[in-house]
Amino acid sequence: MAGRKRVAETTEVLLQGNVAVAEAAIAVGCRFFGGYPITPSSEIMVRMAELLRADDGVFIQMEDELASICAVIGASWSGAKSMTATSGPGLSLMQEALGYAYFTETPLVLVDIQRAGPATGQATHVGQGDMMQFKYGSHGDVFPVALVPWSVQECYDLTIRAFNLSEKFRVPVFLAADEAVGHLRENVVLHRNFEVVDRIKEGAGDPFGSPLPDGVPIMPAFGDGGRLMVTGSTHDGRGFRKVDDPEIHDTLVTRLMRKTLDHVDEIVEVEEYMLDDAEIAFFAYGVSARSALAAAKRLRSKGVKAGLLRALTIWPFPEKQVTQLGARVKTIVVPELNKGMITGVARGFTGTPVHAFAQTNGKIIEPDSLVKFVEGLP
Amino acid sequence: MTRDMNKYLRDGLPGTRFCPGCGHGILMGAILRAVDRLDVALDDLLFVSGIGCAAWIPSPNIGTDTLHTLHGRALAFATGAKLANPKLTTIVASGDGDLTSIGGNHLIHSARRNLDVTVICANNLIYGMTGGQTASTTPVGARTSTDPDGNNFRPFDICNLVMASGARYAARFPVTRPKQLIDAIEKALRIEGFTFVEAVSPCPTQFGRRNSTAEISALYDSVDSQCISRAEAQTMDEDERLRHFVVGEFEP
Repeated sequence: MAGRKRVAETTEVLLQGNVAVAEAAIAVGCRFFGGYPITPSSEIMVRMAELLRADDGVFIQMEDELASICAVIGASWSGAKSMTATSGPGLSLMQEALGYAYFTETPLVLVDIQRAGPATGQATHVGQGDMMQFKYGSHGDVFPVALVPWSVQECYDLTIRAFNLSEKFRVPVFLAADEAVGHLRENVVLHRNFEVVDRIKEGAGDPFGSPLPDGVPIMPAFGDGGRLMVTGSTHDGRGFRKVDDPEIHDTLVTRLMRKTLDHVDEIVEVEEYMLDDAEIAFFAYGVSARSALAAAKRLRSKGVKAGLLRALTIWPFPEKQVTQLGARVKTIVVPELNKGMITGVARGFTGTPVHAFAQTNGKIIEPDSLVKFVEGLP
Repeated sequence: MTRDMNKYLRDGLPGTRFCPGCGHGILMGAILRAVDRLDVALDDLLFVSGIGCAAWIPSPNIGTDTLHTLHGRALAFATGAKLANPKLTTIVASGDGDLTSIGGNHLIHSARRNLDVTVICANNLIYGMTGGQTASTTPVGARTSTDPDGNNFRPFDICNLVMASGARYAARFPVTRPKQLIDAIEKALRIEGFTFVEAVSPCPTQFGRRNSTAEISALYDSVDSQCISRAEAQTMDEDERLRHFVVGEFEP
């Protein structure tokens, strides 16, 4: 991605994943945080309060999650890179405004530290039960981006990437983390020399339309003289409400879809481990990919040719990569901390058997349980 | 002296979308006349609204930056926009249902934080756009599509609600008294911090034809005749007071 370089001293420190998220947000230029406390994400807002106040940014604790995400959208339109952090119940409350952010093409980053749901569930225990909410939580068709870190280093790196993708494509981006990664403490290299992407404020065209079928419009800020009309109703390129025109509605919904789906090769990232000769593969993400990698190594030591395909981007879904994986191996196992949400999605892109290792006990997956599960497969 | 008010209107619009006799057009004129008395550049003005008839006062009619948001959330959006760019003179213009019912929590918290915005609440006493349902501001006894025999619940006194929550200034006037309304909006805009103006704005289509009269001028006369001063209100018992609009200014 093109963009300016930010150069400062790179350091290596021991940090918690949640704190690494905050450090990355500041490093990439986040200037606004609006949030509401919720376990297990609260360390992010506490650290953002310290960092933003020390650096002339804006931190505000709102009255609830509805207000938090709305304030973030308002701040983004005032030109500030903006973020909030929450967990499942808060994510549920934010859904209406997330659809608004998507439809108004508002860049923002939402960090979700997933806990064991549904409802209040087990607030301090890990889960991966929000995976479908990122993509299907809103009414109407939305095509946002969700990145999944598996380490403290990736809490840092993927937060930076989330902001850059959000600014480049004018789309809400989720950091779909989980409690185990968010509360993990590891050494992390705080890179200071990386590309920073900023929204394009000036140029040809209107702020809500593009001559390209998958184009990203310019985004002036409030106060820039653009006399903007931002609305969550269907709108034309200038922002005028057009709530009865079938062509304008379909053109807008389709362009917003193509804005991300036409660029999956740039947005979707996966990593392969020991797949060259693998006959059985794990397809995994987040903390469960750590369990899968450990299980694959133990299986290898027992003579089973196991490997791992790890998704760093879960939405847009790595469709092509799963199809290719299915062509290479005889069996795919998806370990996840829900009842098989991503397993079901993966089955849509390969004819190879895809088995769910679905664990919903609030604990991370023991690698030996995965080994046993694979050994028990027909 | 004539003033060029067209500069505040967005180019390319044939007119407003309000029903015949709606008070919101008068209120829009009052807002713009108050803004015209300030020394503020159009580029530094931001109007934020929620969902409903009143949310269409600024969006798209007023030719500044406008943010037409979600139902109830105008003040939450305005909080982010204003804090991220404090030089924006930020005006929230929305309806009574939007600001006090679904958005009631944001209203009291914005007042508590003394957010530096001016809120103009167009109070038409009913849900207009959705077909005349009971609002949290509907007077006791008034008929609505969901309470055809009359509303049983007492309405919010919105001005006292925001003052108790920490607002620096509040005022209530009907659109039938445009001079006082313009003066109040101007005063609210000049005071730093959270300020609030409730404009009683008749809705002939949904409220009038179910209650006093479908005749627009008679409805306006009826609303105006219900307006009393705070001194007059002191002489009334609660039931009688609730049948009136206490107009005037509320200062801490």
